[in-house]
Amino acid sequence: MNYVPGTASLIDEIDKKHLVLLRDGRTLIGYLRSIDQFANLVFHQTVERIHVGKKFGDIPRGIFIVRGENVVLLGEIDVDKPCDTVLQQVSIEEILEEQRLKQQTKQETEKVKMQVLKDRGLSIPKADNLDEY
Amino acid sequence: MFCLLFYSFFKSLVGKDVVVELKNDLSICGTLHSVDQYLNIKLTDISVTDPEKYPHMLSVKNCFIRGSVVRYVQLPADEVDTQLLQDAARKEAMQQKQ
Repeated sequence: MNYVPGTASLIDEIDKKHLVLLRDGRTLIGYLRSIDQFANLVFHQTVERIHVGKKFGDIPRGIFIVRGENVVLLGEIDVDKPCDTVLQQVSIEEILEEQRLKQQTKQETEKVKMQVLKDRGLSIPKADNLDEY
Repeated sequence: MFCLLFYSFFKSLVGKDVVVELKNDLSICGTLHSVDQYLNIKLTDISVTDPEKYPHMLSVKNCFIRGSVVRYVQLPADEVDTQLLQDAARKEAMQQKQ
């Protein structure tokens, strides 16, 4: 990202409130303070937002340095755009509990699926990827 | 310097509406604002095309997408001069061969 006008540069995004989606599925919201050519980002007053269904919860995280390769997308949060109409904010404990339950049901369905495949003599090789998005 | 062909190609599409499909299966519709040598894409006035399983995008109007996570960029056929693109690609291939 060079400073040639017309190129997709993050230089204009500095000091604005942003949402960043990471490759492991996490969502961070904070003020973008610094960037570099690899899209490494420095976030200030960061909050990790966890979404489960229609509920979400915020965990304050302070200052975050994100390595560029883990960034999926970076979105500018528009304070004017109406948003929190459908979403309900809950406490940290509640959202973590919801997340744990979701993970649990997901693992159970995965297990059942694997068993069914095994019974039929098929198997899906487990892709060794960290990317959950 | 990276492959400039597609960088120039996308530069010619700035201002057009595109749909970017990411490797995480998220599809985002928006107006192409700018692109860079890494094919990072900046979109304005975005909307998530698929059913909004991704609620966190509700208050985001503009976004920056890292080139490495793009799977497809969907374009309306009439915005692309395929003949021109083919010729340019052939020329680039010839240059690279030398």
